Amino acid sequence: MAEAEVKTAAEGGAAAPEAAEAEAPKKPVDPSFEPEIIVFACHYCAYAAADLAGSMRLQYPSNIRMIKLPCTGKLEVIHLMRAIEAGADGVYAAGCLEGECHYLKGNLWARKRVTKVKELLAEVGLEPERVEMYNMSSAMGAKFAESATEFTERIKQLGPNPVKRPGVSAHAAAREALGDVAMADDGPPPAAPAGEGNQP
Amino acid sequence: MITAERKPFEEILSLVEGQKKILVAGCDTCVAICLTGGEKEAEILASELRLKAQQDGREVEVTHTSAIRQCEWEYLDMIAKQVEEADVVLSMACGIGIQSMAEKYAPKLVMPAVDTNMLGMPQEHAVWLERCAACGDCRIGLTGGVCPIVRCSKSLLNGPCGGSHAGLCEVRRDNEDIECAWALIYERLKAQGREELMLEVRGPKDWSKSSSGGPRKMVREEAKPV
Repeated sequence: MAEAEVKTAAEGGAAAPEAAEAEAPKKPVDPSFEPEIIVFACHYCAYAAADLAGSMRLQYPSNIRMIKLPCTGKLEVIHLMRAIEAGADGVYAAGCLEGECHYLKGNLWARKRVTKVKELLAEVGLEPERVEMYNMSSAMGAKFAESATEFTERIKQLGPNPVKRPGVSAHAAAREALGDVAMADDGPPPAAPAGEGNQP
Repeated sequence: MITAERKPFEEILSLVEGQKKILVAGCDTCVAICLTGGEKEAEILASELRLKAQQDGREVEVTHTSAIRQCEWEYLDMIAKQVEEADVVLSMACGIGIQSMAEKYAPKLVMPAVDTNMLGMPQEHAVWLERCAACGDCRIGLTGGVCPIVRCSKSLLNGPCGGSHAGLCEVRRDNEDIECAWALIYERLKAQGREELMLEVRGPKDWSKSSSGGPRKMVREEAKPV
């Protein structure tokens, strides 16, 4: 199983840790609440867009933890449910622009599955807004940062996932739950302190 | 194949109310193919039940499993341990599987998580159409391979009726048009050069072979173990 912590090129820079504070919430429910957000990112677009955001020195919240997929079409309903059950405060899929999926329709499938999970969450009394689908191309570093910021703000407003268990890393659990679907991360070689460096 | 639809979540919750150890049991045959009650769907339901219980502050243990076929004793044997450990089994199999489970593990509480609804054909991925009523007296040899029992809203043996217009039935179901079965039968017979069959008057069908006279039983004597 791959390392739990993901370090994107964008987060690798020294500027990243301050990103969360820079984006002050408008109506903070709990100003100290730092959500744990899982991003299921497509290898062909969002993952590269995150890289670009880093190269462009764009800042975005360090609350997000990426899990790379070969295509968001690989994402199934149960993967999103497992991430929420693992205690993720928010989960979103970031796929290619509609009509530009490397595998033609994977991102359209992902959108349908995200919609289904919204229904399931509503059924059990959780906020459907805790899951979302974003689309971007690999050239849209700014869009990646913007999505991460927007979603983090949204989750800060919603507050913590009520089923969160203290001491459990939702990212590690979500990654584990994905099994072979998740791809190994590029970037710096795995090193123990790499993940910690991302914390604000 | 047999198709089923998952029950509303609220109804499922009420069926397992007060139970501490819930086993969601999928079935990997018909209900898995119609994307309602296979192993994947069993895990999704288990996940939902856990999320709900955690929020309500209830201590509930929800696990999931699946049998290759819940309608056969041998496959039910394979999940015996999990069933025995549970207070209640929430079966996602069709009505046959649910009853087999309830019978094999009686008096274990076995609850249905799905409504079995039809013998359907996958028209395209994720769309099923009812094609057979399992009436026990098949007439489609005379109707061009189109079943008037299940596809005609009135199950007419001598159609069409006056409610057929431009190939559509006067009845609509779930706000959607229904093709007139007898218009389809006519077109098919005509293509086969057998449209004169439409002129034959058909007498009453033998409904004693259908489900109204109690549960049916089938025995293959030559295949029974000696």
